[in-house]
Order: sequence, then structure tokens, then C-alpha cells
Amino acid sequence: MLRLEKRPSPSRFWQAATPILAVILTMIAGGIMFALLGKNPVEAIRTIFWDPLFDPQYAAYSRPQLLVKAGPLILIATGLSLGFRAGIWNIGAEGQYIMGAVFGAGVGLALYPVETRWIFPLMILAGIFGGWLWAMIPAILKTRFRTNEILVSLLLVYVAQYILAAMALGPMRNPEGGGFPGSRNLSQIPSMANPELIAGTGLHWGVVAAIGVVIAAYVLLQRHILGFQIKLAGQAPRAARFAGVSPERLVILCMGISGGLAGAAGLFEVTGPAGQISIDFNTGYGFTAIIVAFLGRLNPLGILLAGLLMALTYIGGELASFILGLPSAAIQAFQGMLLFFLLAVDLLTNFRIRFGSKKEAI
Amino acid sequence: MLGDINPAVLIASLMVASVPIILAAIGELVVEKAGVLNLGVEGMMIMGAICGFVTAVATGNPYLGFLGGAVGAAALSLVFGFLTQFMLSNQVATGLALTLFGQGLSSLIGQGYNGVKPPLTGTVPLGPLADIPVLGRILFDHDWVVYFSVASIAAVWAVLKYTRVGLILRAVGESHDAAHALGYKVIRIRILAIMFGGAMAGIGGAYVSLIRVPQWTDGITAGAGWIALAIVVFASWKPWRVLLGAYLFGGITVLQLNLQAAGAAIPAHYLSMAPYLITILVLVVMSSGKGRASLNAPAALGQNFHASR
Repeated sequence: MLRLEKRPSPSRFWQAATPILAVILTMIAGGIMFALLGKNPVEAIRTIFWDPLFDPQYAAYSRPQLLVKAGPLILIATGLSLGFRAGIWNIGAEGQYIMGAVFGAGVGLALYPVETRWIFPLMILAGIFGGWLWAMIPAILKTRFRTNEILVSLLLVYVAQYILAAMALGPMRNPEGGGFPGSRNLSQIPSMANPELIAGTGLHWGVVAAIGVVIAAYVLLQRHILGFQIKLAGQAPRAARFAGVSPERLVILCMGISGGLAGAAGLFEVTGPAGQISIDFNTGYGFTAIIVAFLGRLNPLGILLAGLLMALTYIGGELASFILGLPSAAIQAFQGMLLFFLLAVDLLTNFRIRFGSKKEAI
Repeated sequence: MLGDINPAVLIASLMVASVPIILAAIGELVVEKAGVLNLGVEGMMIMGAICGFVTAVATGNPYLGFLGGAVGAAALSLVFGFLTQFMLSNQVATGLALTLFGQGLSSLIGQGYNGVKPPLTGTVPLGPLADIPVLGRILFDHDWVVYFSVASIAAVWAVLKYTRVGLILRAVGESHDAAHALGYKVIRIRILAIMFGGAMAGIGGAYVSLIRVPQWTDGITAGAGWIALAIVVFASWKPWRVLLGAYLFGGITVLQLNLQAAGAAIPAHYLSMAPYLITILVLVVMSSGKGRASLNAPAALGQNFHASR
């Protein structure tokens, strides 16, 4: 008989080892899925995880994409991880990401022919504000009316998508675009563009911001009283209340930080890789970032690695659909599977698995 | 403009529009009454939508389609059940994973089904009843799932209120330790509840792809699962209020669609937001003030059970 025995404190070894174990298990299960789709599983896994980085033919294009895709994921996931640690579930990052892009691009487009270098920083601020504002709705409803933040933040994603569509077809439509939906191409306007900073690396301002945010979050969690309060509120809510931690303040702060970062990610995306406000410029980074946050064990440095790995599955998935004809939906299922395995093997962190009957227990 | 809208047709179509939400919400209500918070309703619905669609197209039988949808979604819910009940994973995170995975898997299965027409589900022939003016159009001119959805509410209400099964289920949801001490199999009961919730969400999803739309496109459920979750809170975990909430929501959906069709001055995109915004508003009203919905929430909601001795 298998039996679970609670560990007195979480195992440090398994805390580090579970993400790796989960990735291996996902590769096996994913391989089975690819085999069912009639593809050679070994070839498919190699195309996803190896070829984007090392294949002589494709790596030149794929490698820079790694940072392009990892940047927004890390930026959003780091923000989300703070809330998740405190038991505050902002799962509407996709909506905040869209609103950041809409606000930021809106400021840029409103100033359109003006050419000064202050426009881009202004747009970043507007993007952060847009995401922050969108996250404040569930945050304030939570603190004022105790409304469930999970449902509100998620429902607002759908609202944001309609706002995006209305903007792309209405006020922000390119007047010189011949009636096609979508705004002016921001990445081609020098004062608004978020260009590749070092050619061939994929490094843009969003990636720089992501790295900065990871370091800031690490310092916050290790050295700052707010980081301590976040961890305390998540692990022992009662103790936190006795220690004078205000749950309302934490909700406002955590939701605000994650919303602002998601908004910034949206702005960097729409001025760089995506280029313009269009009906579907958003590609679900806000949702994938939830997986990244868990894969990184809600730890800033872990999220950095997890973001890169998740970016790799995106690029590898594109490559696999190009070379092997693997359906692009397969990679989404693959990412979901990763989260399943991650949650499953997390058991090993908090419990010991014992063989034998119950009698030996106390 | 509003005068063009026929109230009888409006009520009849709001009953149709709310069927997926009723089914998913009443399933989730049972799950939550057992003390489990499954946020994967959206993922289970969309799995039900595609499994139902594929089965119906393959067999040519819409009834088998609904069965297929129920089985597909229940199978997916079993993954959630295994992870949360045996691997003791966080229910919020696992529910989200279920939605993300369900969306990916459904669009994977649905490849090649875009533009395919599913077999038609006819209305239940109620003969002369359907010819009664106004009332006939509202009540007696529907497909079987509309009646099934109302019947399922009545059944869940009766079972929870009057039967031993209902009592045990509620006991498990209120205090799993006490239920365990009394000798009830907490994990087994919760797994069964989760599967019931999955099957109901699956039928709701199949209704979207087989009758309401009827065709397959990625992301076809468009947040209905999340709205169903909100309706459970709105209903304060009471079955008949699920019906009320779902009809309210269905009414708003149908009204805004009618306004769009009638060429209202408000652009379509803003009207389409209405159902989501009203749902948020209703959540706020329900969770604040005297009638705080959360007071009625099952006490063990969202907590994992591990028998330590």
C-alpha cells in the first residue's frame, strides 16, 4: 500500500527538482500525444527543444526569438507570482496586457506626427497605467465588496478583448491603412518603436525591463518588509493579521504590481514584435505566464528560467508545425500538460511516499 | 427600434441562450457543495463541445453527440479529480490548468471540423401545445435539452434537500474531517461529484456546438464556463437561483444581440461586453451588503483533504 506522510517542512531538494521532473514527464506524455498524431515523437521533441537553439539552418532565426517571447512572459509572471504567493489570484493578466497596449498605443497615436524621444517613455508609463487600472477593478471590488478577484479579473479579459477590437476597427484604425482594421505600425515610427537593441539577439526594452523586474522582485522578497509580508500572508494568513499586515493593502499592491507589469509587457509587445494594435495582436501570453509563474516555483530566478523554457516551446512549436506539420494547437495542449505534471509532482515537496501498511504510523 | 423585438421570441430565445450556463452551473454547484472548487469549467465545456461535435458528426446522431460530450468532459474532469484528490494539488491552479489544457486539446481534436455541419436536433414535438399563442412559442417549442436543463435543476435541488445522498454530499462539503470520522469516503464522494460536474459542463458545451451555434470554431464557448462559475456565487449555492441567474444572463445576451441586429446606436463591440459587465456587477451586489453570498458557501470549499490517521 502506498501512503502519504506529511513532511514537517517542505523538502528543499524536491522544491528544486520538481520542475525538472515535470518537464521530463511532460516530454514523455507529449511524445505519446505526438505519436498519436502520427508524428515521430523523438523527432518532434527534438524539433521543439533542440532545433530552435542548435539547428544550423533554423537557429539563426530562432535564437533571437527566445528573448522576444520570454520577455513578456517573465515580465507578467514575475508580477503574478507576488500575488500568487500571498494567495491573491490575478488570472486576468491577459486583459491587463491588452489594456496596457491600448493605453500606451493610444497615447502614442494621439501625439502621432510629433517626433521627440520623450514619446516612448510616456507610452511606457501609459501602458503601465492601463494595466494597473484594469487590475484595480478586481482589486477594489475585492477590498470594498469582497468580490471574488478570480472571476472578476477573468471576465474582464473578455471585456478587454472587445475594447481592443473596437479600438482596432474604430478610433485607432490607421487613417492611411486603406480601410483595413489595425492601427499605424508603431514599430516603424522612430519615436514610438521598441527596436532590437543589439542586432541578432532579440533583446528589446521589454526584455531589459523583464530582467530588471526579476532582480527587483528578488530583492523585494529577500530583503524588503513587503516581501516578507507577502510570504507571511500566503503561508499563515492568521499570523499575518496578528502581525499587523493589512490584507486590503496587500491585495491593492499585488494586483497593482502585476497589472502594471502586464500592461508594460503589452506596450513593449505592441510597439515591437507585434507592431500595431490589431484585433488579435495578443497571443495568450497573459495565460501562459500563469504556467511560467508556477514552473518557476513563484521564485523570480526560477521564473527567469521558466520563461525561457516556455518561450522555447513556443518557438519549437512553430518550428514543428513548419517542418513536421504538427498542429499549432498541440503545443498549447503540451503547455497545459506541463502545468498538470508540475502540480502533480509538487506532492513530493510536501509529502513523503511510504510503502507498507498504516500500522507503523503514530 | 426596441419595438421590433417580439417579447415571446425574446423569452424563448433567452431560454435557449441560457441552457449551456444552467447545465455547467448546476454541475459546478454540486461540485462546490462537495467542497471542491473546480475552476476548469470553461475547459470542460469546450471539451464537451468538441467531443460532442465529433461524436455527433461521426455517428450522425445528435443524442449520441451529447453523450459523447458528457463522457469527454467527464474524462477531463477526472484529471482534475486525480490531481486535487490524490496528488493534493492546489485547486485554483489545477482548475486553471484544466482550462488551458482543455482549450489546447479541443482545438487539436477540432482540426478539420471547421465548417462541418452537425446533425440537427429537432424540437420536441408537443403537438397542439406549441400552437397556443405566445405561451406555446415560449414554453412548448424547444429542443429536449432546454427541458432537460430545467429538470436537472429540479433533480439537484430535490436530491440535495431530501435524500441521504444529498446530506452526505453536503456533509463532505461542510466538514470533510467530520464526514471522514463518520466513515464516509470523502475522496470517493468528491471524485464522483467532480465527474458529475464534468459531465454536466460537457452537455452544456455540446449544446453550444450542436444546437446554439451550430458548428465548430476554436474557443467556441467564449467564457460561458466562467460565467457559470459566477452564477453559482450569484445563486448562493441554491439550485433554483441558478435558473434565475442563468435566465437573467441569457436575457441580457439575447437582448444585446437583438439590439445589434436592430442596428442600435451603440457599436456592436460595446454591446457584446454587456453580459460580462453585468455578471461582474451582479457578483459585486451579491458579495457585498447584508445578503452576503459567501456566508452560504460550503465551509470546506477549496480545501484539500488528507486523512492523517
